Amino acid sequence: MSHAYLSIEQVDKSFRRGGTTTEVLRKVSLEVDKGEYISIIGHSGCGKSTLLNIVAGLTDATSGAVLLDGKLVDQPGPDRAVVFQNHSLLPWLTVYENVQLAVNKVFGKTKSAGERHDWTMRNLELVQMQHALDKRPAEISGGMKQRVGIARALAMEPKVLLLDEPFGALDALTRAHLQDQVMQIHAELGNTVLMITHDVDEAVLLSDRIVMMTNGPAARIGEICEVPLPRPRQRIALVADPTYLECRSTVLRFLYERHRLVAAA
Amino acid sequence: MQTIARKPVTAPMDAEVPATQAPRSKAAVLTLPVPRRPAASGRLARAVRDIATVTLPPLLTLAILVAVWEMLCSTPGASLPAPSAIIENSWQLIVDPFFDSGGTNKGLFWHLLASLQRVALGYTIAVVVGVALGTLVGQSVWAMRGLDPLFQVLRTVPPLAWLPLSLAAFRDGQPSAIFVIFITSVWPIIINTAVGIRNIPADYQNVARVLRLNAGEYFFKIMIPSAAPYIFTGLRIGIGLSWLAIVAAEMLIGGVGIGFFIWDAWNSSLISDIILALIYVGLIGFMLDRLVALLARGVTRGTANT
Repeated sequence: MSHAYLSIEQVDKSFRRGGTTTEVLRKVSLEVDKGEYISIIGHSGCGKSTLLNIVAGLTDATSGAVLLDGKLVDQPGPDRAVVFQNHSLLPWLTVYENVQLAVNKVFGKTKSAGERHDWTMRNLELVQMQHALDKRPAEISGGMKQRVGIARALAMEPKVLLLDEPFGALDALTRAHLQDQVMQIHAELGNTVLMITHDVDEAVLLSDRIVMMTNGPAARIGEICEVPLPRPRQRIALVADPTYLECRSTVLRFLYERHRLVAAA
Repeated sequence: MQTIARKPVTAPMDAEVPATQAPRSKAAVLTLPVPRRPAASGRLARAVRDIATVTLPPLLTLAILVAVWEMLCSTPGASLPAPSAIIENSWQLIVDPFFDSGGTNKGLFWHLLASLQRVALGYTIAVVVGVALGTLVGQSVWAMRGLDPLFQVLRTVPPLAWLPLSLAAFRDGQPSAIFVIFITSVWPIIINTAVGIRNIPADYQNVARVLRLNAGEYFFKIMIPSAAPYIFTGLRIGIGLSWLAIVAAEMLIGGVGIGFFIWDAWNSSLISDIILALIYVGLIGFMLDRLVALLARGVTRGTANT
């Protein structure tokens, strides 16, 4: 029994379909401290999304357990808010209503209507989306949608924020902009973050530690790379930073030398 | 879903630059031309043109068809009346749809109203039952396995085949007609609702699970809005079918109603009245369809998943 804020303990996951069993994750253990920013990186199909879903409670582990703040995770909940890869905003609700839905559900009993409105607005301001309150998701850009998705997740005041390839579907410039924003929010609020990514630069830029996963089936944690870069981090200044480059090459070597994806998907 | 292509009513790009800028004389004081705003008249002209592009082609087609019809049926011994003959023969019905001489001798308005009332009642029941059953079938695998084969068989039974059975059960024409409308329009509503519910993206379900929405919140905040485009497809097919069924059912049950009016006209050899009634039936059916489509557009606004 550990005392980490979030601990993933000996998690196995296998899917059974018909007579065949596919082992996705084997004995995955990870401890995350409060306020830490962790990236999980690996080739596609290595089960990193499955791991995130297990932490979120959306998928059950075959064996092993996830503990958050001393409590066993056995179902999804707003204390582990997820930012989905494709934003998953409800298209029939406006930007404001999408966030408000979460706020009303989580704080319906503890905050007054006025406080809930202020809280909704505050989170939308945090991602600088207060200008598009009455727009529907179809009317805003991909980057904006993802920002609203982040605002919705932040509004739940989660103990741990789960980001499932949050910038994967965005163009490079928008992605950089959003990464900066997430970094700033993280500095401001000190959230504990678990982020799935397959972008090495993104992982090094944002994370305190990078968890590298081996290829599936039966993926496990191959290596963990500490990123001892001081915060706040500046994208431009880091380009030539030796620590940055070293971390970057560690991850790259792991992914492309030792754990190359043989059967390229 | 069809949408009428409509040009945006923004300021026209081709608002002509006034041609008065041409230098008249070199020493003359340059009078700046007053920039012409896209005048109200210009906008009106544009609107008229837009309407014309939508309405002119069908009107033209109609005119040609009526002309051909007139030619074909003007010959002596033609079995069907020509348009001019219809106007002449059924003039009373055309000019006064509101007369009421008691019994079934009423103006077309009253017949159509009676039919519409039956449709409204039967269709409303079908909507409630259809959405409820569709939700059940879409939601539960076991309900689907149990009910879907049954639905697939029953929905192929023609509307009129239900009529004798419902007459036997209700022993009265009025509820039988309503039942026939219900049973005709309920299937597409059930099936489309079920498909819509089954196609709720896993993402929305995950959002609901993370937020821990309860069953009621999930139903109203995720399920119904997400399935709305499918449900409305079912509703639109349903309203069309129920209008089809009512005319046929009323022919058999009698009483006031457009179906019986047609049958009555046939028995009295008033072919002109039949054709007039058919035109009304078609127009009303078209309007019902448009009404549901309009409702769908309003309700499902922004539901497109992007």
